[in-house]
Amino acid sequence: MPLEFSVQSKQRVERLLSRYPTKQAALLPVLHVAQEEFGHLPDDVIELVSRTLDLTPAHIYGVVTFYTMFHREKKGRHELMVCTNISCMLKGGYGILKHIEGRLGIKAGETTPDGAFSIVEEECLAACANAPMMICGDHYFLDLTPEKVDVVLDELRKRFREDPKNDQKTEKSVPLSRTLFGVGPGGEKV
Amino acid sequence: MAATWQELKGANVKIVTKNFGVAESHKLGVYQQRGGYEALRRALTLQPAALVDEVKKSNLRGRGGAGFPTGMKWSFIPKDAKLVYLVVNADESEPGTCKDRELLAYDPHMLLEGMLIASYALGCKHAYIYIRGEMMREAKIVQGAIDEAYAAGWLGKDHPAVGGGGAFKLDITLHRGAGAYICGEETGLLNSLEGKRGWPRLKPPFPAIKGLFNAPTVVNNVETIMNIPEIVTKGGDWFAGLGMGKSGGTRIVCVSGHVNKPGVFELPMGITFRDLIYDVCGGIPNGRQLKGVIPGGSSMPPLDASELDVPCEFDALMNDPRIKDVEVRPGVAFDLGGGRKLKTMAGSGGIVVFDDSTDIVALCARIMQFYAHESCGQCTPCREGSGWLSRVCKRLARGEGEAGDVELLANIANGIGGNTICALGDAAAWPMLGFLTKFRADFEARIKPKTIGIPAAAKGEAA
Repeated sequence: MPLEFSVQSKQRVERLLSRYPTKQAALLPVLHVAQEEFGHLPDDVIELVSRTLDLTPAHIYGVVTFYTMFHREKKGRHELMVCTNISCMLKGGYGILKHIEGRLGIKAGETTPDGAFSIVEEECLAACANAPMMICGDHYFLDLTPEKVDVVLDELRKRFREDPKNDQKTEKSVPLSRTLFGVGPGGEKV
Repeated sequence: MAATWQELKGANVKIVTKNFGVAESHKLGVYQQRGGYEALRRALTLQPAALVDEVKKSNLRGRGGAGFPTGMKWSFIPKDAKLVYLVVNADESEPGTCKDRELLAYDPHMLLEGMLIASYALGCKHAYIYIRGEMMREAKIVQGAIDEAYAAGWLGKDHPAVGGGGAFKLDITLHRGAGAYICGEETGLLNSLEGKRGWPRLKPPFPAIKGLFNAPTVVNNVETIMNIPEIVTKGGDWFAGLGMGKSGGTRIVCVSGHVNKPGVFELPMGITFRDLIYDVCGGIPNGRQLKGVIPGGSSMPPLDASELDVPCEFDALMNDPRIKDVEVRPGVAFDLGGGRKLKTMAGSGGIVVFDDSTDIVALCARIMQFYAHESCGQCTPCREGSGWLSRVCKRLARGEGEAGDVELLANIANGIGGNTICALGDAAAWPMLGFLTKFRADFEARIKPKTIGIPAAAKGEAA
């Protein structure tokens, strides 16, 4: 049986296709949908996207391997994207990365054996005024110290233990995320 | 000359950050309560050509990095074009830059209103926002705002009472990138939006003639477009008058690194680096001295401590005689083409301050590592040269530099600059040459003294 999208993903793909004049233009968004559903983009997923958008697998492979956010290999449930670019470097970003690597027992680019965490050494993530920083899911962890990192790792580890099957990548209400002006985009005090 | 920066024109004016700190500022209701979408109503009573003229008059310059006059960019769209695209570049990834992410999170409706006005002026019916893939939180906020604007009829419905006669209707689609710095280059972005690798295109043809899906296209930065509603409300002359010289409006800077109060600030265009660093940002922490400043994202040559009295304005950073020319070797200026000399540029407003404890060579090596990682691989000088710069810089940073390495770095950088399809090659070459020009001694100090191999036995030691 060739791989198929879920009904929900199929609807998302249909909606995406209606936003572009060519099928090819929907490739990046459709790959995001595919990666959210299947976790990563191995050959059978590329083949599925190829059938969906009438593109050659070779073209899709070229695109997948060009962009750093598309993964050919399975990643951990919590992907810690740690910035070490200049603003973070000047404020101790490499120390933070080293601390995380030490705590998790893996290096940047690796995944913990239980599948809970992956570490990615990232380029500038556009939160330079709050360096050092990292992103996990749609959450920004700013003005990091090793102590703050420990709180975040403990919390994320707890969530993974409680519900290891939950593939939901979005992290909600993890503490220590704040924005520059003390008020979050939802108006909440942070 | 004003005595303090607070007396400069535009010192008390907030345009794109005016709703920062307001509760729920990203919601349509709050935005409209604070006068949002009124500028669109006014714009729709004017002729599209009159709007383009107003933006020309405003001296608004592109805030993404190049500082190109926005009105002029708009006027390149052929008058008889049937299909025109507007694409907003929200792929903020220039190291040291964190303004667009904040702008998107706090005021997405100001962006949408600016896009509606720009689309009406340009004749665009479907506009795209290309947002950086990593900005998942911002993508949700912007998509939420787009959904609200559709529900309220600002998007997807005909707007009556149009000055130009016919009805005007706009669709906006948010398009997420997937992690590639090169997609911030406008033609790389267009290829990415078309479902390809983000390889920059050869120019000409420029996007205004042949852009997205081969149609005439304008690509503008988030902050650039967010200035449009205020220009329509208060007029191009007002906006031009706020600024300095040929740069209208205010200046958004993102200050990071070794300062007491880093942050994103909307300031008068004419503020100097000294006032910005020592007054607005509270100076250098831990009693340290400033060593240098990157004035506009890591692509731009740095300033040293003697060059801080220059304003953050676009032309000043390119031409002010107080800034030294970037050199290929001592006494020989780098040639930008036609004998033009390079000082630095205002770039994306990403200002990175570093103190006298900073390992300049390691900092420069990190910048080169970035460009080597992000080079798309199309052009040989950039693909090979950026990696070579990174390797030699790292060798120096480890204290294992060889005699001639400093000259080697300058030669490689000089071989990249101006010889590639897009500006990423220059973005690696310029700071390399800039760091060598301003901090040459730091690099030379990392060259390992050559030891002459005398056999141990000859020195009288036991073999």
